[in-house]
Order: sequence, then C-alpha cells, then structure tokens
Amino acid sequence: MNWQAIALSLKLALSVAGILLVAGLPIAYWVTFSRWRWKFLIEAVVALPLVLPPTVLGYYILVGLGPRTFAGKMWRLWFGHTLPFTFGGLLIASVLYSLPFAVQPFSAGFETVDRRLIEASWTLGASRLATFFGVILPLSGAGAITGIVLSFAHTIGEFGVVLMVGGNIPGVTRTVSIDIYDQVQAVNYDAANRTALVLLLFSFLVLSVIYGTNRKAMSLWRKP
Amino acid sequence: MKRIHTTLSVALAGLALPAVLIPRVADPAPAPQVTQKSCGTVTVAAAADLMYVMNEIAANFERATGCTVRVSTGASGNFLSQIENGAPFDVFFSADIEYPRKLEAEGLAVPGSTYLYAVGKIVLWVRNDSRLDISKGLAALRDPSIQKVAIANPQHAPYGRAAEEALRKSGVYGAVKDRFVLGENISQAAEFVESGNADTGILALSLVLSPGLKEKGRFWRIPENLYAPIQQGVVLVRASQNPQGARAFLDYIKSPATAALLERYGFVLSAKGKS
Repeated sequence: MNWQAIALSLKLALSVAGILLVAGLPIAYWVTFSRWRWKFLIEAVVALPLVLPPTVLGYYILVGLGPRTFAGKMWRLWFGHTLPFTFGGLLIASVLYSLPFAVQPFSAGFETVDRRLIEASWTLGASRLATFFGVILPLSGAGAITGIVLSFAHTIGEFGVVLMVGGNIPGVTRTVSIDIYDQVQAVNYDAANRTALVLLLFSFLVLSVIYGTNRKAMSLWRKP
Repeated sequence: MKRIHTTLSVALAGLALPAVLIPRVADPAPAPQVTQKSCGTVTVAAAADLMYVMNEIAANFERATGCTVRVSTGASGNFLSQIENGAPFDVFFSADIEYPRKLEAEGLAVPGSTYLYAVGKIVLWVRNDSRLDISKGLAALRDPSIQKVAIANPQHAPYGRAAEEALRKSGVYGAVKDRFVLGENISQAAEFVESGNADTGILALSLVLSPGLKEKGRFWRIPENLYAPIQQGVVLVRASQNPQGARAFLDYIKSPATAALLERYGFVLSAKGKS
C-alpha cells in the first residue's frame, strides 16, 4: 500500500476543495445574480472542463506554458521553474479542472433562495456581504456542501491531467490514481487491487457521509 | 413548483456530475476489427519506442499484401494487462521480451511464436538550444543547472530500468535521483524533454533518430556495457481473430527488408532469431 500517494492525493484534494470554496463562491454568486447580457460566455468558460478531455488541459500546461513559450518564460522568471512536475502545477490544473464541479452546485444552491428574502434583507439595511453570509449561504447550504464534496472527490479521482504533467515524482506528483496505474502496468495486480479497494471504500464512505448529512442539512433549513 | 424545480437542480448537480466523470477514465482499447479484404485487418499493439518505425513497416506490409494494419502504441506493461484481459490484438510487440514469454506461459499467446526482433539502445538526449555539454557522457548530469531529468518509469518500462542501471553503474545515480521525472513510457519521457519541461533525458535511440526528434536535438550513446540489453520480443496473440494475417505480419517482420528498416531506426536486429 502506497500511503505516501494516498496522503498526497488527500492533500491535493483538500487544497483544491479549500481554494474552490474561497474562489468558487464569488464566481457562483456572480453567475447566479448578474444581469450582464454576455454572462453566458463566462458560464461557458466555467463549464469547459466538463466537456474538454483532460488531455487538452494537460497539453496546454505542458506545451502552452512550457519554457519555450512567452507565458512559460514569464512563469519561469517569476517562480524559478515551470508548472509541470510540481505540486503547485498539479494544484492549478486541478483547480481549473474541478471549477465547474464547485461553481455549478453553488450556483444551483443560490438559485433555490427566495429572492424576496434577499430583497427583504437589503431593504432592512443589511449589506450585500451580510446578506450573503446571513441569508443566502445558510439557505443554500446543500449546494455549497455538494460543490465542495464534488471538487474534493473529483480531484481524488483525477488521472489524465496528472499523468500528462505530473512526471510521477514520489511525494510530489505521484497521486494515488497514478500509483494504481503504475502497479497495473508493472503487473503488480495485488498491490493495485489493495490500493484500488481502499480508494473505493474511502470514496464510498465520504460520499455516503456527505449525502447523509446533506439531507439533514436540507431538512434543517427547509420546511417539509 | 419553482421550489421543486430548483431543489431538483441541486440534487441533479450532485447526482449527474459524477456520471460525467466515467468516460474519461478508461484507456481506449481498439474495437473488434471488421474483416474486409482477403487477409483482413491485423491489429498490432506496439511498444512506444516503435511509434515511428511501425507506421512505416505497416505501410510497406499493406502495399505488399493488401492487408490492413491497425497500430496502437503505448506502454508494454499496459498492453500486457490488456491482452491478459481479452484486448483484441493480433500481434504484440513488447519492449521487454519477458512479457511475450509470460503470455506464452499463460497460454494466451501462440506457443513458440515469441521472436526477438530487436535490441533497444539508450542515449542521453538534449534539445539543440541546451547549453549542456553531453559529449562528457553521463557525468554531464552532475551539472547543477539541470532541474529535471526525464526517464521512463523504471518500475515497469524497460528503457527506464536500463537508464537507472546505467546511471548506477556510472556512479551518477545519487546525483540525479532527486531530479527525475518519470514518463509513463519512453515516448512520454521524450515529450518531457522535447517540450523543454525537462532539461535532458535518457531516451531510446529509435526515438531520437525518428523524424519527430532527429533535427531537434543531439544525443550521446550510452555504452552498452552499462546496462543489460533491452531485448524486445514480438508474439502472436492466441485469441486473434485473424491468425493468418498475424502470421503473415510476423513473417514480414523477419524479412531482410524490415530488418534493414529497423536498423535504420536504431534497432539492432539479433542474428539469433527465435529466443
């Protein structure tokens, strides 16, 4: 059992979920409540990773941001290394790749909030920020939890992008999905089997707990 | 009504999205073939180092026989597990002859059909714009300006194993082991160096002689006494839907014309033949 790979995947997934909680909520808020006529363009950009294969993102990071391009040279100048083969590179790729998995449930959650409550809050003098944290977020808790869980789970299961830009460095970019792939290729089916089983049980457990509490959260905030 | 609709959309966002994930996991295995011409289609699984030469061999074979050849290239270990699990390949070219032997032992390949078609060589390769002086050989890897050295994954790729062995024998392994990036197979390792993301790499001679890389960099041959020969074997898959076509392709591989072609791509053909 490769605990190092499991720990790395957990670290990556928790970081992605954390970043998407902070970055995804404002994006989802804007997407839900903005009346800008070109809003659909931003919505399309956010949803791109649902459609594009991971190889496209992997390719752009490897070649488009590689040291031979202008963007890659700038990056190297500022950070001393290029994006591929680093934990930071995986993190950026994963955040982009999981963006719709956070933003869409967030946004769907916000849409369930009765507009009259929001407007009442504003009328009573609460600021937009206070309204967001005091009214909108508590009333759309289910969507927020779903978004966080999905971005976490999606990152745990991420494979294609990591395979393309990770470089398989133990403790840095060798995630658990890559480890299983390696074991299968090395014909170590027993090891692959063990890790795969742990991952399967863990994923099922996490999702069950979340969906279980999610239902509670929903009944807490809503009248039946 | 609105509440029902919007509650549903939250639930859908939760339920439907994981389903989106499913199609991206599987590696594509070729679909079962459709026989059209007299000798039909031969589906070939080829180790990544054969990527370029195999297309040329296949084209020649098609012209000579009127058969159709479909080539899939990838990691040998991956093909092994795919064939063990019923992948519809007719012929399997492995970068490691142990895999064809294993398939024979498991009764999944035609008994006695394993054939040593080439011995692979490894080289140190840098891009043309690199300032690294590789004429010094592997000792050049001690250069502190090197951030990443690409090799194939030694855990399962024969070229990666050879690279690791050569580095150990020449005493530079300790100096480079923390700067490794591992390609899933040898052509991914090549892609890491070619894209400039790794500074240098230990690659297959056949790849650096290929049209894709030939003009882009320079190489230094790693002496053959530094690593065990990379014996590459081909085998006929027992479950083949087209055994005649597969056999004809294997015979074509053994022909002098193909041997010469392989040699031009850096594969030295063994005179021993059957292993």
